[in-house]
Amino acid sequence: MALDTPLARSVRPRRQTAARLFVAACQAATLVGLVFLALLLADVGRDGAPYLRPHLVTHFPSRFPAQAGYASALVGTILVTGVMALLAFPLGVLAAIYLTEYARPGRLLALLHLNIANLAAVPSVLYGLLGLGVFVELLRLGKSILAGACTLALLVLPLVILATREALMSVPATIREAAWALGATRWQVVRHHVLPYAAPGILTGILLALSRAVGETAPLIMLGALQYVPFLPRGLGDYFTVLPIQIFNYVSLPQPEFHRVAAAGILLLLVVLLLLNATAIWLRNRWQIRW
Amino acid sequence: MGQALDLKPRPEVAHRRLPPTEPVLRIEDLRVCYGARPAVQGVTLDIPARRVTAIIGPSGCGKSTLIRSLNRMNDLIPGARVEGRVWFHGQDIYAPEVDPTAVRMRIGMVFQKPNPFPKSIYENVAFGLRLHRRLSRRELDERVERALRQAALWDEVADVLHTASGLALSGGQQQRLCIARALAVEPEVLLMDEPCSALDPAATARIEDLIRQLCQEYTIIIVTHNMQQAARISDVTAFMLGGMLVETGPTADLFTHPQDPRTEDYISGRFG
Repeated sequence: MALDTPLARSVRPRRQTAARLFVAACQAATLVGLVFLALLLADVGRDGAPYLRPHLVTHFPSRFPAQAGYASALVGTILVTGVMALLAFPLGVLAAIYLTEYARPGRLLALLHLNIANLAAVPSVLYGLLGLGVFVELLRLGKSILAGACTLALLVLPLVILATREALMSVPATIREAAWALGATRWQVVRHHVLPYAAPGILTGILLALSRAVGETAPLIMLGALQYVPFLPRGLGDYFTVLPIQIFNYVSLPQPEFHRVAAAGILLLLVVLLLLNATAIWLRNRWQIRW
Repeated sequence: MGQALDLKPRPEVAHRRLPPTEPVLRIEDLRVCYGARPAVQGVTLDIPARRVTAIIGPSGCGKSTLIRSLNRMNDLIPGARVEGRVWFHGQDIYAPEVDPTAVRMRIGMVFQKPNPFPKSIYENVAFGLRLHRRLSRRELDERVERALRQAALWDEVADVLHTASGLALSGGQQQRLCIARALAVEPEVLLMDEPCSALDPAATARIEDLIRQLCQEYTIIIVTHNMQQAARISDVTAFMLGGMLVETGPTADLFTHPQDPRTEDYISGRFG
């Protein structure tokens, strides 16, 4: 059979046609996403570019489109995600270390992992409801930055745990064995080997979780984040708004000029997200260890 | 194994009949299970001090499990259960009061696949030293150099101690680095789990020479699936099959006059 297979490509067998079709389908699928992304960017860019000027970040919301800006929203976003990072990242990383390095594997652990993966996929509105019930009402934090940060922390916690766990598990078991065999304790193995080697992956996951939080709108709306905040928050107990909410606010106003301001806000948000994601990719490429 | 085996031990092996020594490890009715699956089923074996003991046998016979039980590495495998005793200087290393990390300090291990840390060569060797006590910079330097010399690696890496990562070395060099790392802690016993199986013949020969050197100071237990290797480097050989110890004795005797027909079948290449 193999002996009489022609070597020349003059006759294209069916399997090769199938292979080409498959590659073409994959290319088309990639293209669909890229085309729509490009259209969106072009549209937003055309509307927003003229409004992309310094007072976009120095002015508060206003009744006059020419005066309207994102000062309070930008500060709100930075404060909320900053406090959220301080809450969620230590918790998430420590939990992932426990689950990966210490917990005894078994049915309970498998169940826990399933639940964490599920939580990562729960609609964010539900986290908003939870935050409203627990942080705003029960703990009486009010519609404050702290309440928003706590809510977003719950939202990204599963993402941080999953990303950290993946980074920890990418450190080969043989490295742990090498350290154990020298008489290291579990803590010394984690402290001197697993954690440092996993650090780039963990940081990457953290930055991606951060960018997810920056873009979140629904839970903060549930929480009662205001749409019109004409002042900078003076503390963590203050009312606040964030970029996506402010954008949503401008879009919903009738004057077309406000839609331009909204487009400029979208560009601002995109720049923030791009910076976060680019840092994540840079970290991964620069520090990741090739085993 | 298809190829014809050189079953006659080399002359130097036949002539190398070192007098027996006091056992440093006494394995007594050791049983190891992974979950419900028994891997080692009642092995009793004495390991002589400052000699090379080879454990041979076909894949899955429990030889790796046995050697990993000798420094409590199996503790770290979930579901592994160890019964029986391993006496080390009159102390059962599985007694409840024993600290497994102390056991691993005194009974070092080298693994099948070289596993250097992704740190500098110096840091690789110094890691074990730093774990246990605070040493001055000079002492640390000296002990790192000594360990690298003992592992016959010093001359090749002396210039790049702090700059080259352990991962940048060749496979054979990596394995010698792992040996140096284990020796730096100054263990009494060195367990080697198929240390040459990932190496080419030249690198293997260097490690084998090294093992012969090291057994003047250290007790070495080596697991190998390569019978010629066992014949070349070991003083005592133990043959395992199906989780049991079939036969043990001076290497020259075991390879020339096996007492058990199963040993004879295995070393003459009829199975395994």
